[in-house]
Amino acid sequence: MSREAVLRVFRGNAEKSDAVDYRVPVAPGMVVLDALHYIQGHLAPDLAVRWNCKAGRCGSCSAEVNGRPRLTCKTRMDALPLDKAVTVSPMRTFPVIRDLVTDVSWNYEVNRRIPPFTPRPGTDWKMFQADVDRVQEFRRCIECFLCQDVCHVLREHGKMSQFGGPRFFVRIAGLEMHPFDSVSRTRLLKDELGIGYCNITKCCTEVCPEDIRITDNAIIPLKERVVDDFYDPVTRFLGRIFGPKE
Amino acid sequence: MSTEKYETHEHDVLVIGAGGAGLRAAIEALTNGASVGIVCKSLLGKAHTVMAEGGIAAAMANVDRTDDWRAHFRDTMRGGKFLNNWRMAQIHAQESPDRVRELEQWGALFDRTAEGDILQRAFGGHSFKRLCHVGDRTGLEMIRTLQDRGVQMGFDVYMECAVTRLLKDGDRVCGAFGYWRENGRFVVFRAKAVVLATGGIGKAWRITSNSWEYTGDGMALAYDAGAELQDMEFVQFHPTGMVWPPGVQGILVTEAVRGEGGVLKNRLGERFMERYDPKQMELSTRDVVARAIYTEVREGRGTEHGGAYLDISHKPADYVKRKLPGMYHQFKELADVDITQGPMEVGPTCHYMMGGVRVEAETAATTVPALFAAGEVAAGLHGANRLGGNSLSDLLVFGRRAGLAAAARRTEKPGPPGPGQVDDAAREMLEYFERPDGESPYAIHRDLEQTMQDLVGIFRNEEDLALGLRKISGLAGRASRARVEGSRLFNPGWHLARDLKSMLTVSEAVTRSAIARRESRGAHSRTDHPKPDPEWGRRNLVVRRGASGMELVERPVPQPPAELQALLAEAT
Repeated sequence: MSREAVLRVFRGNAEKSDAVDYRVPVAPGMVVLDALHYIQGHLAPDLAVRWNCKAGRCGSCSAEVNGRPRLTCKTRMDALPLDKAVTVSPMRTFPVIRDLVTDVSWNYEVNRRIPPFTPRPGTDWKMFQADVDRVQEFRRCIECFLCQDVCHVLREHGKMSQFGGPRFFVRIAGLEMHPFDSVSRTRLLKDELGIGYCNITKCCTEVCPEDIRITDNAIIPLKERVVDDFYDPVTRFLGRIFGPKE
Repeated sequence: MSTEKYETHEHDVLVIGAGGAGLRAAIEALTNGASVGIVCKSLLGKAHTVMAEGGIAAAMANVDRTDDWRAHFRDTMRGGKFLNNWRMAQIHAQESPDRVRELEQWGALFDRTAEGDILQRAFGGHSFKRLCHVGDRTGLEMIRTLQDRGVQMGFDVYMECAVTRLLKDGDRVCGAFGYWRENGRFVVFRAKAVVLATGGIGKAWRITSNSWEYTGDGMALAYDAGAELQDMEFVQFHPTGMVWPPGVQGILVTEAVRGEGGVLKNRLGERFMERYDPKQMELSTRDVVARAIYTEVREGRGTEHGGAYLDISHKPADYVKRKLPGMYHQFKELADVDITQGPMEVGPTCHYMMGGVRVEAETAATTVPALFAAGEVAAGLHGANRLGGNSLSDLLVFGRRAGLAAAARRTEKPGPPGPGQVDDAAREMLEYFERPDGESPYAIHRDLEQTMQDLVGIFRNEEDLALGLRKISGLAGRASRARVEGSRLFNPGWHLARDLKSMLTVSEAVTRSAIARRESRGAHSRTDHPKPDPEWGRRNLVVRRGASGMELVERPVPQPPAELQALLAEAT
C-alpha cells in the first residue's frame, strides 16, 4: 500500500499565508484529520489544528476540504479525488488565528445572550418520548459551527452583529420546544438575532454532520412563532386578552 | 520576582478542566458565593465528557423497582474488587439520583419510560437497569447542560489555556501558572482554592479512546505540588474499541451495544464469554471482557483484523438506529459497516484511569491544603475496576462536593506564590525553543505510546514492566532535551512537548505501581502472579514525590462499618 496523496494546507494567518503542499501516505479508511496528524508528526510539527475526539462527537476539527465545510475526522480520504491536491483551509467565516484554527469566540458571545431553560413552577417532570423526540434532535448539535460557516448571512454578508446564525436557532428551538419551558425568546429572535435574515436556502442543513434538519425543524417553526407573536393580528389580539408567554 | 509582569487573574476558586467534574464543581462553587474561573485546554464543551456514550449510573429505580443505593454501592465495590474507598462508593450511590434529577431540572432531556420517567438501561456489572441515558450521546447532553448553566451563572472561562504548574504559598496551593494556546503568552491565576478536574492519561497508550488532552496533567501537577497519587496500577482497557480501518483504531464502541443486547463472538462463531463469565456473559465487568477478547485473539480465534465480532443486527434496524444512532453512523461512515445488518469488529482500547490523586471522600480534598480533585483525575471510587456508567455519576457527585469544599475556603487570604515559582515555570516553557538541537516531541510521544502499549498493557509481567520503566526513564531524558520548532503562536508541537512531561510522570507512576502489586486484581493482570492475593486486597499503593525521586508506599484499604460489610457479603 504505497499510495500517496498531496494535501494543500493553508498555513499562516490573515496577514500572511501560503498554501503548502505535503505528501502523505494513504492508509485504508484514513480520514483527513489522520493526514493532518501525519503532517504534524513528520513534516510540520507546528501545524495548528483543533481536534479532540476524532470520532465525530465533539465538533472541534471543522475546516473546509476542497472548499466544502467538513469535520476532518469524518472526511474519508478515499472519498476524495486523490489525483489532484486535496485543499484544506480554515472555516472562512471566522477570523483565522493560525493555519486551520479560527477564532470562534463570537459564537460563545451569542450563546450567552440566550435566556436559559426556565421550568414552569410546579412541574412534575413527567415527559413522554414523543414529547422529547423533537427537542432531542436539536440537542444532538455538537457545536462544530459548520452551519455558521456556510450560512451566507454570515459568510457573505458578515452580519455577526445582527444575526445569530443557524446554530443558535437550533439551540433556541431546543429551549422553546422543551415541554416545560416557560419563557419566550421570540423578541430576541426577531430583534437581536435577526431570524428574518434567513431566507431558508437550507445550506446549513446540508452541512450538518449530525443530520439535524435545521431549516425545516428549527428555523421555520421559530419564524412562525415570531410571526404569531408579532405580526398575526388574531394572535396579538388574543395575546392581549389572555396574556403572552412571558 | 513578582507575578506582576504576567497577565494575572484572581478568583476565589480556580477550576482546572471543564468536563463534567470541572463544570459541576464550578456551578457548586458559584452557588455557594465564590467567584470562579474555569480553565480548559480546548474550547468550552469539547472535553472528553462528550465522548461518554452509554449513560449515568444512578439507582433511580424507574425501570427495575427494587434497585436502591445499597445495590449500587455493592455493585461498585464488587466491580472494584473491594479496593475502593467505601465511603466514596457509598456517597456516590446515595447521591447520584439527585444529581441526575438536578440535570433534568437544568434542561437535560433523557430518554423516557412509558410512564414518563427517565429511562434506564442495563450495563456491565450493574445488577439492575440503572443507566439514565440519551441514546448513545449521554455525555454530550450532560456537558451541554452544565456548560450552559455555568455560563448563565457567570463563571469566567479561560478557553484554550493550559496550566503547567500549581503555585504555592508555603504548604498551601494559591494559584496556577499557564499559557494561552492561541498566542503563547503566560498567565498567572491567583485563587484561594484550586479544583483539579483534568481527566485521565489515555494518550500515553497507542490504542486509546482518549483525545490529545488526556495527558495526565492534573495528576502530574498534583504530584509536583506534593500531593499523593493512589491506585496508579489500575488502568481500564475498554473491551470494545474499533479495530479497523487503522485510522479509527481505538475509537470507542459504547458498552450500550451490549447493554441493548449485543453479543460477542469469535472467528469460529463461538459466544466465547461463556468460557469467561457464564453468568453475566457480555455484561460482565470491563476488565473481564477486555481480557476475554484479548485472549481469544492471542489464542488464534480473533477476527480478520485482530478483534472479536460484536453483533446487534438481530435487533430490528429501527431500534438499533434509535438507541445507538452514534454507533450506526460511526461504523457506516468510518468503516463501511452497517451494524443493523452485520457485526462490528472490536478490541480493547485504553479508556480510563481508576487511579489518580488521593482525596478525602467527603470533600474531594487532596493531601495538599486548598487543592481538590474530582472526576477521573481523582482516585478511590472505582478501586481496581470501574463499572460503566459510574464515571458520569462520579463527575456530578464529587464535582459538586469539590466545588462546595473549595468555596468554603473563599474567605481565606493566601499570600503570593513563593519566590521564584512563576519565573521558573516561565523559564521551563521557553527552554524548548532555546535548544540548538533536539528531537521533535512527536517522535518521543510515539515511542512512549508504543512502550506503554507493549509493556504496560492488559496483561503484564515483571520483566516487561521493568523494561518499560527503563524505557520511560530513557524517554524522560529525551523529552528533557526536546526541541520545538516555530513560534509560540498556536503551536501544537510546543503544547505536546509540555504535555509529554506530564505523561512521563504518570506513566512512571503507573509502571512502578504495577511492578509493586504482585497479584492480579481488576484491571491489573499479572501473568506471573495470576491470582488475587488477599494480602494485597487490604492495601492501596500510594505514589509521592520523595527527596530522591518517586516513592511508593502502601496504605491499608479503609474498612467499611459492619452494616455495610454485611451488605457486601449478601448474595444478589
